[in-house]
Amino acid sequence: MTSTGPSSLGVRTVGAVGPTPTHDTQPVRRKAALLGRSPQDTAASPWNYVFLVVAILASAFPIYWMFVVATGTDADLSRPAYMGLVPGDNFMHNVGVVLGNVAEQGRSYDNARFADSFVNSILVTVIVTASLLFFCSLAGFAFAKLRFKGRDALMVIVVLTLTIPNQLGIVALYIIISKLGWQGQLISVIVPGLVSAFGVFYMRQFIEDSIPDELIESARVDGASTFRVYWNIVIPIIRPALGVLGLLTAVGTWNEFQWALIALGSGSPNKTIGVALSDLASGNYVKYRIVLAGSFLATVPLILLLFVAGKQIVRGIMEGAVKA
Amino acid sequence: MSATSGVKATAVAPRTTGSESRSSSPTPPSHDVGGWHRFWGRFDHKVVPYLLISPFFILFAVFGLFPLLYNGVVAFRNWSLLDPANDGWAGFANFARLLEDDKFWNALGNTFGIFILSTVPQLFLALVIAALLNRKLRATSVFRVGILLPYVTPVVASTLVFASIFAKDNGLANWVLGLVGVQSELGGGQVIEGVDWRSTKLTSWTAIAIMVNWKWVGYNALLYLSAMQSIPKDVYEAAALDGAGAWKQLWRITVPMIRPMVLFTVVLSTIGGLQLFAEPMLFEQNAQAGTGGTRGQWQTVAQLIYYTGWKQLNLGYAAAMSWGLFLIIVVIAAFNAFLTNRLGGGKR
Repeated sequence: MTSTGPSSLGVRTVGAVGPTPTHDTQPVRRKAALLGRSPQDTAASPWNYVFLVVAILASAFPIYWMFVVATGTDADLSRPAYMGLVPGDNFMHNVGVVLGNVAEQGRSYDNARFADSFVNSILVTVIVTASLLFFCSLAGFAFAKLRFKGRDALMVIVVLTLTIPNQLGIVALYIIISKLGWQGQLISVIVPGLVSAFGVFYMRQFIEDSIPDELIESARVDGASTFRVYWNIVIPIIRPALGVLGLLTAVGTWNEFQWALIALGSGSPNKTIGVALSDLASGNYVKYRIVLAGSFLATVPLILLLFVAGKQIVRGIMEGAVKA
Repeated sequence: MSATSGVKATAVAPRTTGSESRSSSPTPPSHDVGGWHRFWGRFDHKVVPYLLISPFFILFAVFGLFPLLYNGVVAFRNWSLLDPANDGWAGFANFARLLEDDKFWNALGNTFGIFILSTVPQLFLALVIAALLNRKLRATSVFRVGILLPYVTPVVASTLVFASIFAKDNGLANWVLGLVGVQSELGGGQVIEGVDWRSTKLTSWTAIAIMVNWKWVGYNALLYLSAMQSIPKDVYEAAALDGAGAWKQLWRITVPMIRPMVLFTVVLSTIGGLQLFAEPMLFEQNAQAGTGGTRGQWQTVAQLIYYTGWKQLNLGYAAAMSWGLFLIIVVIAAFNAFLTNRLGGGKR
């Protein structure tokens, strides 16, 4: 990167444009103009691509390595660099062990209940995401477009809590969950996630910006009730925002660990996938090929999600859909 | 915000008069239906908004707001699950104990060390990657989506793979270090390739910081990219006179222009970084011990809160700790925001 000096920038960029038709004709003037051109209008140099590819490879490598270790045998994994950095052929065996279908001498992995936890995590993620989208868009609509007493004060409270670290309430939340008798049960990780202050904030912002008051007004003149306005007008318009919020919520819920460990407890029969993985990894001696087979299985759904909806996730993050 | 709400207010004004005339006009011609109609109209206007926000607010109040306030109460009480009989007000005892607790200060030092090692490279690399993405690129979305792979990977899964990479024996990191000739001697005169990552503060902090960096660089790069793309183009045209190269252009023009976003990410990663939990937990041989190494080399405050509350079962003390952590986060986030603002201001 440091080699990209002022002069080399111009030369390299012109070189990179080579294969594609260039609009400018005079190279001399072009070079001068380039220096004052915004980066977005500057074609990427080959080095630019090289660095980006390196960044992507670095991002992908640990996931690949998860898979490599998950394909090894004990003998494979005791050699330096394992099987020469490429996958072995023991994947199905390790997956079988982690799912509890294949027994292995010395230790049973049944009590990690990995397969059950996978189903649990799907259940928790679906319920939390659906509920959060519904309740937060309802409240966001009310805050953006309806007039009622105390609206602004309530919204201020919601916004204030956005910046408070969740660590601060965790002990008290645990006490509440225990008093309700939910400790160790899936409901303890579902109910606190059913709504979020961020979701309301995000929905309110989007609805305020994207739905003109006249549209709502004309529907009301036609006799539509408030809920009908929400259902027939607001929901279709905010569908993209629902998609973005839903994706970010789903990723966050699937990956949540700290609260799940506290609320469900180690060794609990009901676990989410994160707790199950930490159970697998908390023996006195950990077999990485089995732990990482489980990790890989836990990662696959999210990689698929990224393949299918990656552009939307990117857009969500870039539009400021950030979760503190 | 204020400007748009001003416009909205004028747009809303005719609506209220409209709805009033609407609810009053149907009354004279209709008979019994009119009463119900009017009632329904009033109900829809006065009560329905509260109905719409009530599911959110009830859940939010019980599981979001109340715990925040109640935590303050718990911190002032004796609340140990091991000693339920000793239940009552503790005054400032939990907080006084906190100030003298070596474990807390050790954890605070670890948290802070890991935070520095993970945040500074993270935001620097994110800026560079954002600059690389902020070009006329082919396959733009491939790069943007690819950079998010770490963000979507479950933190438990990624930490476990890094835990294996940083294993003392047969770990990938030590194999690579061995190739370049790095060796270290363990206690009993045993020599290994690479280093024993979990044995000292600095090595364990480094390993954990690498995990954190890996996970968040791409996410922050996208935040910076979105800010970079909203910089007006004439800013760059004006700067042509200086003959600024790409690297200079990035630090002299682009970064100062996105200062609010840099500030935002600094605050965000302060809040997240000081609460680090999953990485230090799963880096350990026993992923649920919460001790952060045999001598607490890498135990973070969030881990200590877990250890105190759920291993030693002293919830009152754990609550006091989380207040301590909260205050520290507020102070450091404010300090970092101030610092970033000053540094950015100097560059202009």
